[in-house]
Amino acid sequence: MEEMKDVILEYVIEEYLEDEDEELTYDTPLISGGIVDSFSMVSLKRFLEAKYKISIPDEKASPEAFDSVNKIVELVKEFVG
Amino acid sequence: MSHIGSYEERIKNFDWSISEKELGYKDGDDLNIGWYCSDRICEMGKADKLALNWEGLGGVEKKYTFDDVRINSNKIGAFLRSLGIKNEDRVCLFMDKIPELYIGFLGVLKIGAIAQPLFSAFGDESLHVRLDNAQTTAILTQRKHVGKVRKLIEKSPYLKHIIIVDHDGKKPLKERELTFDMETYEEPKDFKVFPTKAESASVLHYTSGTTGQPKGVKHVHYSLISQYLSTKWVLDLQEDDIYWCTADPGWVTGTSYGIIGPWSMGITQCVLDTGFSASSWYKFIQKHKITMWYSAPTAIRSLMKAGDDVIKEYDLSSLRHLASVGEPLNAEAVIWSGKVFGHQFLDTYWQTETGSMMLTNFPGMKIKPGSMGKPFPGITATILDSKTFEPIMETGKIGLIGFKPGWPAMMRTYWNNEETYKSKFKNGWYLPGDRSTIDKDGYFWFVGRDDDVINTGGHLVSPFEVESALLEHEAIAESAVVAKPDEVNMEVVKAFVTLNSGYEIDDMLELNIMNFIRKKLSPLAMPQEIEYVKSLPKTRSGKIMRRLLHAKEWGEEIGDTSGLDDDE
Repeated sequence: MEEMKDVILEYVIEEYLEDEDEELTYDTPLISGGIVDSFSMVSLKRFLEAKYKISIPDEKASPEAFDSVNKIVELVKEFVG
Repeated sequence: MSHIGSYEERIKNFDWSISEKELGYKDGDDLNIGWYCSDRICEMGKADKLALNWEGLGGVEKKYTFDDVRINSNKIGAFLRSLGIKNEDRVCLFMDKIPELYIGFLGVLKIGAIAQPLFSAFGDESLHVRLDNAQTTAILTQRKHVGKVRKLIEKSPYLKHIIIVDHDGKKPLKERELTFDMETYEEPKDFKVFPTKAESASVLHYTSGTTGQPKGVKHVHYSLISQYLSTKWVLDLQEDDIYWCTADPGWVTGTSYGIIGPWSMGITQCVLDTGFSASSWYKFIQKHKITMWYSAPTAIRSLMKAGDDVIKEYDLSSLRHLASVGEPLNAEAVIWSGKVFGHQFLDTYWQTETGSMMLTNFPGMKIKPGSMGKPFPGITATILDSKTFEPIMETGKIGLIGFKPGWPAMMRTYWNNEETYKSKFKNGWYLPGDRSTIDKDGYFWFVGRDDDVINTGGHLVSPFEVESALLEHEAIAESAVVAKPDEVNMEVVKAFVTLNSGYEIDDMLELNIMNFIRKKLSPLAMPQEIEYVKSLPKTRSGKIMRRLLHAKEWGEEIGDTSGLDDDE
């Protein structure tokens, strides 16, 4: 799962992190930290679905479930076969 | 006892001079919102009272008394003056909800310059069209957002100063960039507030329409008269209240009721500068003992979605009064809030152009969940026939909302766009562009927009702006953008596109298009869904018939299609 963690972390840095100096870890709060807003969460969900060929139900895609790379990995693992 | 007391009595005896008198303003006096929100409060003996209790990520706090706000806004004003910035110059505030945004807003006003707050999540293209329209002289921003400003510097010769408020010296400054540190900048001696008058321009907020570029809504310092009184009578702020307005000052609620209203009354307010989560919001209320909470339907519905169990983990007993703004608050949300918080969110209706509340539910008034309430005293509101623009006397009939112009906070024009401004008035009424009904008791009930503008999470998005940006994506040949119903945000952006030859539909292309718009315009404008079509419905003259796509999304009757191209 290390690879998935890194893929997601890299994607978040590339797509959402505006402050180049900010350090992002697997536990950095993404939604509550204001790095990914609730509208942008939709595109992050779409990325995970496309990348891992899964479908995440909307009720599972809560701000809490998307609040860090580690939490996202947990969520994705539920749906990866 | 609420400030408003009896609504009926207030209506009978109303005059805006009530507000002028309380503020100590007389016709012809100098009137500067920056002074009213800081110096005057200090002169009233509240210099040591807490004005701003700010909290950022990780619970970091910063506190400012009214005297701190006075001094720091003077510092920002003095710094801007030292750069040669003068009255009526436009100064953009492009920051997250940090103290420099709130205090800087007053600093800009204090030198008579025009504050142009812009939502910090805007992409470089959204930022550019707004700066270009206003021919903005300076921008106050943060290190994290300066990259977006750098992208447009070449095509923005009017932008003389890019001021970074949190520069840490790690990276060199670039062309036109300079730094300002509010904490260490020396307090100016004998700072003089610019003697603006009632009709001097104060704030330029941008709003989107169906067609054309975003419009700069020009407000004047006299708006204070409406904003002060509506804060007092609707938000019912009392001397010891701890107030929390969740709106971002990049939008009008965040300035009218997130800065001007509470601070002109000398009220303590709290600001949470982190992203949304139900637990962090409840924790914030508990920690700061928030008493008055002004929020938005999207946030309220998100809290509902998070469930009631999380509420039980926090002590929210400090709350005594709640209100909402942004889009209509559905009845379920009103009832739910009464059940879980012990107080119902009172809906308030107004918009960027009106500058202050127009229709509202008042403390003590009978609440009809789902209704926008009644006109604020001094506001003449009606429902107009959409063809004749004559008032509809019959209750329950749908028509256009109309307001008699003349309240203090009404916009004075659209920046460099007087023609569009004039088009907003019909038969002596100002039309905000919404449809409504009035019931037998005089309550207004929202029906919908009268145009194609998308109201997502309380923010207006222009379909035209998104369609134009979509066409800049290499894969897209044609585009049409409409609102799609959404449980939380009321509406979200949906795009219909045709692809250029050589491009094929796949998930990564969709993601690529979404991110393209998110970065170029803003996350709000990003299509939440993209539908690929072979062709778009057009009239014989080639105009895309957006209403057909809209009707399909909302399950409505398609209506007259006689103008449709036979080939479609």
